[in-house]
Amino acid sequence: MTAPWYRRLADGLSKSRERLGGQLNILLRRGPDLDEEFWADLEDVLIASDMGVTAVTELVGRLRDSAARHALPDAEAVLAHLAEEIAEEFVSHSGTTDLLDDPITLLVVGVNGTGKTTTVGKLAKQAVDSGRRVLLGSADTFRAAALEQLDVWAERAGVPVVRRDRGADPAAVVFDALGEARRLDSELVLIDTAGRLHTSADLMRELQKVKRVAEKESHLPVRIMLVMDATTGQNGLVQAREFDAALGVDSIALTKLDGTAKGGIAVAIARELGIPIARIGFGEGIDDLRPFDPRDFSHALIGDTER
Amino acid sequence: MFQNLSDRLQGIFKNLTGKGRLSEADVDAAMREIRLALLEADVNFQVVKSFVAAVRERAVGAEVTASLTPGQTVVGIVLDEMTSLLGGSNARLTMSSRVPNVIMLVGLQGSGKTTACGKLANLLRKEGRRPLMVACDVYRPAAIDQLEALGRELDIPVYRGQGSDPVHIAAEGVKQAVATMRDVVIVDTAGRLHIDEEMMDEAARIKSAVRPDQVIMVVDAMTGQDAVTAASVFAERVDFDGVLISKLDGDARGGAALSVKSVTGKPIIFASVGEKLDALEPFHPDRMAKRILGMGDVVTLIEKAQETLDEQAVTEAEERLRKGDLTLDDFLGQLRQIKKMGGIASLLQMMPGAGRMKGAVPEVDERQLDRIAAIIQSMTAEERSKPQVINGSRRERIATGAGVTVFDVNQLLKQFAQTRKLVKQFQKQGGGKGRGKFGLPPGMQPPFGM
Ligand SMILES: Nc1nc2c(ncn2[C@@H]2O[C@H](COP(=O)(O)OP(=O)(O)OP(=O)(O)O)[C@@H](O)[C@H]2O)c(=O)[nH]1
Ligand SMILES: Nc1nc2c(ncn2[C@@H]2O[C@H](COP(=O)(O)OP(=O)(O)OP(=O)(O)O)[C@@H](O)[C@H]2O)c(=O)[nH]1
Ligand SMILES: [Mg+2]
Ligand SMILES: [Mg+2]
Repeated sequence: MTAPWYRRLADGLSKSRERLGGQLNILLRRGPDLDEEFWADLEDVLIASDMGVTAVTELVGRLRDSAARHALPDAEAVLAHLAEEIAEEFVSHSGTTDLLDDPITLLVVGVNGTGKTTTVGKLAKQAVDSGRRVLLGSADTFRAAALEQLDVWAERAGVPVVRRDRGADPAAVVFDALGEARRLDSELVLIDTAGRLHTSADLMRELQKVKRVAEKESHLPVRIMLVMDATTGQNGLVQAREFDAALGVDSIALTKLDGTAKGGIAVAIARELGIPIARIGFGEGIDDLRPFDPRDFSHALIGDTER
Repeated sequence: MFQNLSDRLQGIFKNLTGKGRLSEADVDAAMREIRLALLEADVNFQVVKSFVAAVRERAVGAEVTASLTPGQTVVGIVLDEMTSLLGGSNARLTMSSRVPNVIMLVGLQGSGKTTACGKLANLLRKEGRRPLMVACDVYRPAAIDQLEALGRELDIPVYRGQGSDPVHIAAEGVKQAVATMRDVVIVDTAGRLHIDEEMMDEAARIKSAVRPDQVIMVVDAMTGQDAVTAASVFAERVDFDGVLISKLDGDARGGAALSVKSVTGKPIIFASVGEKLDALEPFHPDRMAKRILGMGDVVTLIEKAQETLDEQAVTEAEERLRKGDLTLDDFLGQLRQIKKMGGIASLLQMMPGAGRMKGAVPEVDERQLDRIAAIIQSMTAEERSKPQVINGSRRERIATGAGVTVFDVNQLLKQFAQTRKLVKQFQKQGGGKGRGKFGLPPGMQPPFGM
């Protein structure tokens, strides 16, 4: 019934392209010439993806070099090359193994409202579908109805959830959850945490404590997943930096790619921190989650969906 | 990391000294820096282009007076242009004489609508209104529970309606308000993508069903370049009246505010600065302009200090500080004051170039504060005034009494000792004289040059 994910991604993107007259089309409509105007427009397109000026300037500089060196004939060839270059940023920075294949305890963290709880629900469903024993832990004891929200996802995915009352110490919930995980011999433990801004040193310390407790209590290796909203601008890089410094981030889930934001900040993050992207989210449904494919992503990013 | 813009400009203008007029070449060099600053702040690149062009026009030929450096002159023009673009004078929530007034909140997923609903209800009640919140998000798991929980927290009623048609629920909600004598209705709607035709249509239908006095779009301050796309479609499809910028308590520069304002022309009315239900402020264009340019927001800092600090208590504490005998009671008092001001993070965030100071001062929030208060309250009077008597067994007793671990108690005592040391250092350096009215250390005192 549903189209393949990249089609749906492309649909979202092309809808917005029609509306906006198409950013990529601007580049191609101008004709194939590689004049100054082309490079300036290309820079704009990439800046519009939230990749950040620094990354864009460097990338376009490199691209101009190789356009000259490899005598790239026209705009089309340059764009094809560009998609490869962007994909390379991810491939060269990250391994190819999927950390979610292994039995782990995953702490799902991030700033407010990025899609942590939803992603936990989606991940649980996927793991259950592949026959694994999954347990959820509800360490967001702060936000109103966060517990109830995770309960709904647990029910949808058909997995048990360990929780305490609102206001309880999140580390205590993790303690309970991991005890239960040992008892149930769970193969994947997903801990949902409260959204917090990386600028709150206190809440970041709280998270470090949660991680310490998890490492002490978990019978599985503990990993950290940062959930990042694809609409995020340059602050996304700061977020990744700070969460990484506080906890050591093992992977990123990039959500809300079903909108018109391209998620270019992920490129900046890959360049600077080399944190692999494990999943992308592209909807509010339980199945709207897929592994990240650098090539598909970079093609979607520069607007080239005709693959 | 981000150098103050005027410093950067100063570098460019260092060859230009004294009086004169700004040449095209000078201005162009400055505009490159300004363009970069704006893009780093997430202002949409097209908005940046037209903005820079406008500023350039004004700056070329501008006179450099003796009192300002060329850098300051340009920054002044930039600030001025940006402030007027952001809204000039402060916008307010416009209500009509109709009873009940209706306010509707819209926006992308996770932007902060439901929280804003609670905050607005709280604010309006303070102004003497009787709000009713209406839960129209029938999609997101537990969205209605969330609004109801906020309602319970605030002791403000929530209408949850029946069925799964948000248009119907909204209309019924307004009837409910009439029946229960509530004079303002705040409608929470589901998060939706601007490209989701069906959902945008639904928002438009909710709007025509309840004919709100104000439709507010909630925009996340961390949003990047795409803010313009979402905002312009929302403007077209639901024609909102004003904007609430959320999550401004972080360190995002918030260029989305400028983007949204300049493409939709809709006034920005509120700034949301935290998860707590009182963390809502009027939007100040001038302060936002400084923030976008990475220049800190000293005015807010000072104002907050003035608003919040209980001067009597501060004077007393200062007196003890001067004598160098800070007690744990003072410490708790200070933390409470800081918390009232929105936490150290939000204070630091407002200071130019203060990013590096992060972590130098204990961060406090409600959750932590309760724990700290519990620990201090589990101490005897003697322990509070002379913390050095707190030995191992006392620590265990205190931890048990407060329902925390000994680790937490140690942590607190360590922080306290550090603070005490810091205070002593200040005493030595400034002899207590360098400090200003509110005991802010010298570096935090105004005025800051631009
Ligand atoms: N369109 C779209 N919406 C999403 C996606 N992922 C999550 N959402 C929506 O984003 C909103 C926030 O999602 P949550 O999962 O509650 O986010 P969170 O990070 O747990 O939020 P807090 O716990 O409050 O910090 C909800 O309305 C979700 O339905 C996605 O991939 N696409
Ligand atoms: N730090 C901070 N967090 C905020 C602010 N406003 C809202 N939040 C948080 O952001 C997250 C999302 O807020 P919600 O009010 O649930 O957002 P929403 O727009 O109703 O989300 P959906 O209904 O899923 O679209 C929650 O974790 C809130 O506590 C703010 O000003 N600052
Ligand atoms: Mg959550
Ligand atoms: Mg909501």
